[in-house]
Amino acid sequence: MDTTPLANGPNLLEVRGLTKIFGTLKACNQVDLTIAKGEIHALLGENGAGKSTLVKMLFGSLEPNAGEILWNGQQVRITSPGVAKKFGIGMVFQHFSLFEALTAAENIALSLADDTPIATIAAKARALSYSYGLPLDPESLVGDLSVGERQRIEIIRCLLQTPELIILDEPTSVLTPQEADKLFETLERLRSEGKSILYISHRLDEVRRLCDRATIMRHGKVVGHCDPRQETPASLARMMVGSDVKNAERTTAATRGEELLSICGMSRKPAGPFSTPLKNIWLSVAGGEVIGIAGVAGNGQGELFEAISGEALQDSADAIRIRGKSAGRMGISARRLLGAAFVPEERLGHGAAPRMRLSDNLLLSRHSTDGKAFVGTAGMVKSGAIQKAAQRIIEVMDVRKSAPDPEAAALSGGNLQKFIIGRELDRNPSVMVVNQPTWGVDAGAAARIRQALIELARKGSAVLVISQDLDELFEISDSIAVMHNGELSKPIPIADATLERIGLLMGGAEPGHLDHSKEVA
Amino acid sequence: MRIELVKRPERSALFAALSPFLALALTLIAGAIMFSVLGKDPVEALYYYFIDPLREVWSLHELAVKAAPLILIAVGLSICYLSNNWNIGAEGQFIVGAIVGSIFPVMFPDFQSWVVLPLMLLMGIAGGAAYGAIPAYLKVRFNTNEILTSLMLVYVAQLFLDWMVRGPWRNPAGMNFPETRTFSAAATLPEIWSASGRANWGFVFAIVAAVAVWFMLSRTLRGFEVQVLGQSPRAGKFAGFSSSKMVFFAFLLSGGLAGLAGISEVSGAIGQLRPTISPGYGFAAIIVAFLGRLNPLGIVAAGLVLALSYLGGEAAQISIGVSDKVVRAFQGMLLFFVLACDTLILYRIRFVGSSAAKTVEVTQNV
Amino acid sequence: MFEGILITIATAATPLLIAAVGELVVERSGVLNLGVEGMMVMGAVTGFGVALATECPWLGVLAAIIVGALFSLLFGFLTLTLVTNQVATGLALTLLGLGLAGMLGESFVGLPGVKMDYVYIPVLTDLPMVGRLFFGQDPLFYVSILLTAGVGYFLFKTRAGLTLRSIGDNHTSAHALGIKVIAIRYMAVMFGGACAGLAGAYLSLVYTPQWNENMTAGRGWIALALVVFASWRPWRVLAGAYLFGAVSIGQLHAQALGIGVPSQLLSSLPYLATVVVLVLISRNRRLTMVNTPASLGRPFVPDR
Repeated sequence: MDTTPLANGPNLLEVRGLTKIFGTLKACNQVDLTIAKGEIHALLGENGAGKSTLVKMLFGSLEPNAGEILWNGQQVRITSPGVAKKFGIGMVFQHFSLFEALTAAENIALSLADDTPIATIAAKARALSYSYGLPLDPESLVGDLSVGERQRIEIIRCLLQTPELIILDEPTSVLTPQEADKLFETLERLRSEGKSILYISHRLDEVRRLCDRATIMRHGKVVGHCDPRQETPASLARMMVGSDVKNAERTTAATRGEELLSICGMSRKPAGPFSTPLKNIWLSVAGGEVIGIAGVAGNGQGELFEAISGEALQDSADAIRIRGKSAGRMGISARRLLGAAFVPEERLGHGAAPRMRLSDNLLLSRHSTDGKAFVGTAGMVKSGAIQKAAQRIIEVMDVRKSAPDPEAAALSGGNLQKFIIGRELDRNPSVMVVNQPTWGVDAGAAARIRQALIELARKGSAVLVISQDLDELFEISDSIAVMHNGELSKPIPIADATLERIGLLMGGAEPGHLDHSKEVA
Repeated sequence: MRIELVKRPERSALFAALSPFLALALTLIAGAIMFSVLGKDPVEALYYYFIDPLREVWSLHELAVKAAPLILIAVGLSICYLSNNWNIGAEGQFIVGAIVGSIFPVMFPDFQSWVVLPLMLLMGIAGGAAYGAIPAYLKVRFNTNEILTSLMLVYVAQLFLDWMVRGPWRNPAGMNFPETRTFSAAATLPEIWSASGRANWGFVFAIVAAVAVWFMLSRTLRGFEVQVLGQSPRAGKFAGFSSSKMVFFAFLLSGGLAGLAGISEVSGAIGQLRPTISPGYGFAAIIVAFLGRLNPLGIVAAGLVLALSYLGGEAAQISIGVSDKVVRAFQGMLLFFVLACDTLILYRIRFVGSSAAKTVEVTQNV
Repeated sequence: MFEGILITIATAATPLLIAAVGELVVERSGVLNLGVEGMMVMGAVTGFGVALATECPWLGVLAAIIVGALFSLLFGFLTLTLVTNQVATGLALTLLGLGLAGMLGESFVGLPGVKMDYVYIPVLTDLPMVGRLFFGQDPLFYVSILLTAGVGYFLFKTRAGLTLRSIGDNHTSAHALGIKVIAIRYMAVMFGGACAGLAGAYLSLVYTPQWNENMTAGRGWIALALVVFASWRPWRVLAGAYLFGAVSIGQLHAQALGIGVPSQLLSSLPYLATVVVLVLISRNRRLTMVNTPASLGRPFVPDR
């Protein structure tokens, strides 16, 4: 393993044999890591590799079960975030630790251990934010801010404590490509000031562009250290995943079938104080094609999904048509009966009931469409038939589980997602709408899911995929549209779509692209 | 030294079955301690509370009389709590059911026919259901917290009953006592086996209701809907279930059952309306519902246990001079222990010693 | 006479205010304690009993505060350490409290209690029209006003109050920042318990110096409604409490005047008013969502 320290003195951080066990799961198993001063160090691995657990231990949110941490050559125990901050370790979380009902300044104040008056903090924060090129208004309510702006609060509050090591957990997952560039500039500036950065990501291009060294984790263990610039994306991926993962094979659609899902001028008022309104959405999905919707989180994707699925009704019946029928005033069960299937973003609590068994969760979305098979006279549930169907889905999708019919919450993210998607595919739906199909899913399961979606389209169904993962969309879509601020752009055929162009649309550029005035209902 | 909860991967079926018994055992121990503190022999006290009432047949009938309203109400409450509708106003629905069901015997006492009793029962159900519909409507239409509204309506119902029996419905031949006329035989809920005791058909209603609701919950799509909406409302919406309709279903069903309990109690055990017709059944039923783990069959057993505690309180008052107010303290403790023991179903408990944390203070400014 | 009525309104409002302000702090930390009625009645019986035994109402007040706080610890242990359902546990606390208090107070029924002396400041209390209202009430009235002001200052002007509000907004984020969520919630719960106990002592030592197991008559529940009505802001709680005080006193006077309406209907006015007020405030769903502490009632189990 390559752990030679850089020439200028002891390493800033050294981790030896760090282990963390949750129940029977070894989330981190004998992890070794070194970071020198003035280094941007990547921590690579796919979902579930143990990266977040490792950094939580470095930040004091979790206590290790074994191993040691050395800071500037001295062994330390980091027992709480307060202690970590005193050493000079700062962290910017992937899932922000922010308080929506409080202002940015109050949020920052809460993470500083001292009693400085909030007004002083606000002034310092404003100054610092401007000097680093990430402007921030301290008096704004967090609930009103966009995701990118919220991340700035996290970064500023970390910087205000003058850390020596800054840990960033998947920072670009919520940014447009242009915002990510700005972030990289900031990070490079910090490096030139002698600070070190631990950069967690699964995005290989970024890591190769930004980082000096990388540590790769898989299933809780370190599998290698390297200099990412000397590696290719393929070799890095192989280290992360352990075997060659085949990308989904995309075959081009022969001809465009008839229109199975059409959205015509659909708008939706904001559902709550912090949600995004939808403005004049036009979209048409034909049989045989996969249409992707890109966009940074928080631009109305969830609201769009609920509007299409029927969890939120439209004012006009014609606002959405499924297989030619006006469905705007129909609820989700009626839309399913028209041949549509839906997979929401949140698995536990939306797509599946966490404390219910898989067989019950099968009934969840299929009780009306499969009424004859699954529900008998007087509403009696036919558990035998349901169990059989559930087992069939489990086999087809290769769902790994520890009991014959476990509770949904007992499955890993990837396996539950396979079941949920399998549950809908089992019906052979004519229209399939999926929101974030592979978020938090391991690479093997993700590839399988993407393959299944493409195959469904090739069989003649219309498939609509909303995703924050641009790589995924480029892999499976026939054309890509972009959501920004509740508006949807016209779809761009995959041949004409470039990362830069999509990135600009995600950031709100090219307003003319949203002009749908020439569309006909 | 602190207590840490470790989440179990799945609910423990073992503890789901064991928890009520564990809670009962803990309550008995706590009760024994309480009796010692009060200066009574704990073993003797527990005997009079829990064993003595079971020794005579007529006493078993009394058990059924007390258990019937508890079971009827608690079965309805189980649907409510499983679907996350917190109906705390069953006491009020009980009272209104009793009042509405008593319209015929009080206002038309000369109407004698076999039809009277079934009509009374149906009206009792309707009255309780209608009163339960009020907090349901306020929740669905105005997003108002049903705990507070249903509870406020209890006080209103109690005051209304008080007014009725002292005012317009007072027995004209009753020498100014605050009570209505006694119900005629045609309007009285008959006993099941009058030779051996007082148990009336209310108990049969309770068992039938428990079995019917159990069947609905465990075997039908409607039962599935109840549980999904209670556990994961968003998943329920995704399934196409309407949480608004469920609010009405739960409150109407439980209100109706509470109303049936009310009219059964009044036309069976009491025989007339009085200012107080319930020793807090509506609230004790909440304890019964949780002790029975929100399962109608478990509720039958739990109802008998709580009925036993009522009888025991009366028996202990006579035999060892302990106040019957101890019963309510007992029942409250029982609910506490039930809730505490239920934790073991979802979590394992670990006692963690405080680690001797020695943090190396970094003094130099890097 | 008008001044007399205002004073009785203050007397009616004070226990509601004290209990509601305590519960407000608890709910601002994200915990829903429905056991206010139970803690109140325990405070009432303790205050009465200790005052009777020691012939000193202030010792009764102190005992009631301590008992209220200890009683709330039961709730705290179950909901914060064992993570039980907060609604059910709060109900359990109320039922247990009513039962225990009935049992403990049985020998007190019918006994004359110890009444707290009213404040007297020379010259000020003798002022016409406003003297007694502002300067001649029972001491706990002044405590209630100070308490409201103190809680308002604490929550919105101090760092500790900000920390407490942050827990109520998002306990996961708070924990991730190293804030001791459970410890602070324990303190909030005990504060709420102490206030409820104090409110109970007010009932049995100032309002009607007697004991009767139905003394609280649903005031604990009304206090809960007041917190919602006030959108979790202390000064609005005061407004709400006095509104309720006015309704309660109003209906008592109406009964005394013998205006043809049956007394039971008049007695039910405060409860009906609570329902109406709740409906009015919850109608605006947007307002509710913005003001309600977002983690209210949600279970919290930290990763360690």
